[in-house]
Amino acid sequence: MNNLDIKVKVDASGLACPLPILKATQAIRTVGPGELIEVVATDPGSVKDFPAWAGSTGHALVESDSANGKYRFVFRHK
Amino acid sequence: MTPVALAPEAEVASEGAVKTKKLVIIDYSGELEKTWATLILASTAGAMEMETSVFITFWGLQTFVKDRKRITGENWMQKMMSFMQRPGVSHRKLSKMNFMGMGPWMMFKLAKQYNVASPKDLLEMAQAVGVKFIPCQMTMDMFGIKREDLIEGMEEPVGAATALQLMTEADSTLFI
Repeated sequence: MNNLDIKVKVDASGLACPLPILKATQAIRTVGPGELIEVVATDPGSVKDFPAWAGSTGHALVESDSANGKYRFVFRHK
Repeated sequence: MTPVALAPEAEVASEGAVKTKKLVIIDYSGELEKTWATLILASTAGAMEMETSVFITFWGLQTFVKDRKRITGENWMQKMMSFMQRPGVSHRKLSKMNFMGMGPWMMFKLAKQYNVASPKDLLEMAQAVGVKFIPCQMTMDMFGIKREDLIEGMEEPVGAATALQLMTEADSTLFI
């Protein structure tokens, strides 16, 4: 998971719904098709919310994991 | 602690064409907590690339008057109405537990503490992700609210027929 070429990293730790989603949206708009962004959030709702966001927008959720109360998601711009 | 993969359902990668969904919100009440809900849903829907329109009518329109505007209206009754309910997204009142502004003050304090975006921030973000805010012409006429009283970036004012057309074409409609 460390060999991914991530263009933009977003730290949405501590932010409440819907800010992690809005921050991710801002970030993915700065990269081109096929490029990756990484979002870290602490909002437990984000575990379900980010796949829903990916499903709606068409950006691919390529990786997700959690450690120490942090949820990490990697998306590929459609 | 090493990272653990999230639940399988979170792993579902979604690729390919996605049909654009349409959401319409009728913003009616103008109350703080309902306005908050409207702006959370509208900004998130915009972020989810849903085609999102907010039709703003009756008390809802007060939210979209510029914050710095103190009094709107042309005749004394319209001016009196705006005096009794200060317009602007930052001046909404709670439908219950308002207690002369004590309730909203506590709400904003708590929101800040828990990193919840304010209605004003959410409104800006909603506009940035392309949410359309459509004022009701009749409400503007009745309250004497002019285009220049409203925040920048609003759509052209329309009437009930356009609102109904939007609603019938939408995948989901909310009246808040």
